[in-house]
Amino acid sequence: MSILLDDGTRVLVQGITGSEGTFHTKRNLAYGTKVVAGVTPGKGGQKWEDQVPVFDTVQDAVDDTGANASLIFVPAKFAADAILEATDAGIGLVVCITEGIPALDMARVYPYVRAKGATLIGPNCPGLISPGKANMGIIPGEITGPGPIGLVSRSGTLTYQVMYEMFTRGVGQSTCIGIGGDPIVGSNFIDVLGRFAHDPETQAVVVIGEIGGDEEERAASFVKENLDKPVVAYVAGFTAPEGKRMGHAGAIVSGSKGTAQAKAEAFEAMGIRVGRNPTEVAELAIASIR
Amino acid sequence: MDLFEYQAKDLFRRAGIPVPDGKVASSPDAAQKVAAKLGGRVVVKAQVQVGGRGKAGGIKLADTPTQAKEVASQIIGMDIKGHKVRRVLVERAGDIKAEFYASFLLDRTAKAFLGMVSAKGGVDIEEVAATDPEAIARVHVSPLTGIQPYHIRRLLYDGAIPKEAHKGASFLIEKLYDFFVASDASLVEVNPLVLTGDGNVVALDGKVSLDDNASYRQPSYAKLAGEIPLPKQEKIAKEKGLNYVKLDGTIGIIGNGAGLTMSTLDVVSQAGGSPANFLDIGGGANAETMAAGIDLIFSDRKVKSLFVNIFGGITRCDLVAKGILGALDQLPNLKAPIVVRLDGTNATEGRKILSDAARPNINMAPTMLEAAAKAVALTKRGRK
Repeated sequence: MSILLDDGTRVLVQGITGSEGTFHTKRNLAYGTKVVAGVTPGKGGQKWEDQVPVFDTVQDAVDDTGANASLIFVPAKFAADAILEATDAGIGLVVCITEGIPALDMARVYPYVRAKGATLIGPNCPGLISPGKANMGIIPGEITGPGPIGLVSRSGTLTYQVMYEMFTRGVGQSTCIGIGGDPIVGSNFIDVLGRFAHDPETQAVVVIGEIGGDEEERAASFVKENLDKPVVAYVAGFTAPEGKRMGHAGAIVSGSKGTAQAKAEAFEAMGIRVGRNPTEVAELAIASIR
Repeated sequence: MDLFEYQAKDLFRRAGIPVPDGKVASSPDAAQKVAAKLGGRVVVKAQVQVGGRGKAGGIKLADTPTQAKEVASQIIGMDIKGHKVRRVLVERAGDIKAEFYASFLLDRTAKAFLGMVSAKGGVDIEEVAATDPEAIARVHVSPLTGIQPYHIRRLLYDGAIPKEAHKGASFLIEKLYDFFVASDASLVEVNPLVLTGDGNVVALDGKVSLDDNASYRQPSYAKLAGEIPLPKQEKIAKEKGLNYVKLDGTIGIIGNGAGLTMSTLDVVSQAGGSPANFLDIGGGANAETMAAGIDLIFSDRKVKSLFVNIFGGITRCDLVAKGILGALDQLPNLKAPIVVRLDGTNATEGRKILSDAARPNINMAPTMLEAAAKAVALTKRGRK
C-alpha cells in the first residue's frame, strides 16, 4: 500500500498545455501515472501530445473521464481559482505545484477545501510520489524505488537528497510527500503523519522540517501520541540568520522561536531521533527498520 | 516586505485609520520645515526597522522648529543596533491618557486571521504574553466571512479596553482589519494605540509586513520597496533575480532549492567552516545565472572559496556544469578554489564535463559531506 496516490489514481492536469505542465506531465506519464485528462480553458476538444484529451472545465473532465485527482500547474494569479474549481468538481485529491500564491488567497481557499472534504497538497510544493506506482508532480522518479519508509517534507530538493541517500543504500519509500513551504498549505505534517500511521506498508517515517512556524513542534507531539512506528527527523537552517523580525505578534501566537534548534529539541523531547545532516537522517531511518 | 513606521502610517492615513499629523524628513532642515508646518510641540522619531529605538535615543521631543532641527541632526546618521538612521518622522505630539495594543496577522497554525487587543500597550508585548497572557484578547476571524461586530466586542471586552475608548477603538480596529485584508498584509501591529486627552483613539506607531507574492495586484508595493535600503550585494541579487542573503563567513555557497541550500550552510558549519552567504539558484542553472551568482559571491572580499552543491531533480547537472564553466570563462581572474558536488539527474555527464575541462581551481567531491570538508580544508589552506 501507499498513501493518497497509487496505480488506480486517475489524474487530470490543470494547465497541461503550458510549458511546465507539458514537461512534467510527460515525466509523470512515463513513470506510469494514469493521466486521464487535461484542463486548459479555451483548448477543450484538443488532444495534448496526441494522447490526453483536453477540456475547458474541470467538471467536463471529471464527467467524461472519471478523474479523481488533480495536478495544478497554472500561474499564481489563477491558482486559487484552479484549486476551488477542482474542489467543486468533486476531486478528492488536489496537488498544487504553483509557487507565489498570495497568502490571503490560500487563507480563503483552505477552509473551503477542508469543508468540502478534499485533500489539498501544496501549494509551492514538489507533489507526491508512491514509488513504483504513480508520480504526481515534479519529484524525479529515478531517485527512489518502492520500500517501507514514508517521507513527509516542507522542502523540495532537500527531500530529493534524503530520498536519494536512502535509495543508494538500497532502501525505498512507500510514499514521499512534499507539503510545501508556504505559510498556509493544504495539508500539514500531522495530516500526512496520520495517514502514514494507518498504512501497513509504511514501517517508519522521515519528517523533514524547516525554520519558521511551529509545524515541527506540533508534529513532534502528534507522533508521540499517535504513531507506534519509528519516526526520524531532520531540520535544516541551524546557521540561518535570524530573519528581520517586525512586530511581536508572530512570536506571541506560536510560542515558538521557529529556529532549527528549537525544532530539533522539540523532536528529541518527544523521543524522535534527529539527524544532523541528510546522510545521517537517511542512515537513522534505515537503522530504525532493521 | 517590512515597512518603516512612516510608510505604515501613510498607508494607515489613506485607509482612514487615525494617526497623528506628521511627515517624514531625511534632513534636519526638512525636519524643521515639517515642525514649523505642524506648529507646537513635535516628536522626532528615528525610522529604523529594529526595536528599542526609544531607549537608544532615537525618539526625542522638540518644542520649536529650531529644536526639531537640532534633535533631527542628532538622530539622522545615528546607528541603532547596526541600523543607520536615514530618515526621521516628525509628528505632532499629543497628550496621552492611556496606551493599548492591537494587531491582526495571518495565524499559520489556525490557518485563519487572528486579531489581538490588550489594554497593556506601549510596553514589550512579548513580555506581557509571557507574564500575563490573560491580558491579551485573541480572536480568530474566518477569512471567508471577514470581521463581524462581535469579534470587535470580544477584542475590546476581553482586552479590558476602558469604556471611554470603546467607540474610537472599535472604529480603528475595524479599519485596521479592512486595511490588513485590502493591502495583502501578513501583519499589522499598532503598539501603542493611544487614547488622547480629547477622547480620540489614534495609532501612535505602526508595523506592517506585506506579502510579496501579492505584488502583482498591489501597485503601491514597488514604490514602498524602493524606499527600503538593501545591502549592496542583496540589491544586485534582487536585480538579477537571485535569492541571496549575505552572511559573515569566508566560504561562498551556491545551492538549488532553499531547503538544500540551508542544509549546505549547516553542513559547512558542522565541518568547521563559516558560510559567507545563502544563494539559492532555484531551477534555472544556466551559464548566465551561474556567472551572476559567482560574481556576486566573490564581490564580497572576505570570500576565500566557493562550494556549489547541486542535487539535480528538474535541474540537469550537465547544464549546471556547463554553467560553471561558462561563468569561469566570464570571470578569468577568479583563482579561488571551487568545490563542486553534483548528484541526481545527469550527474555523471556533469561530472565528466567538469573533469574533462581540467580547470585547476575546480575540485570535485562525490558527496555533500565530503564536499563540505574539502571546501573547509581548501579555505584554511588558502588563508595561510
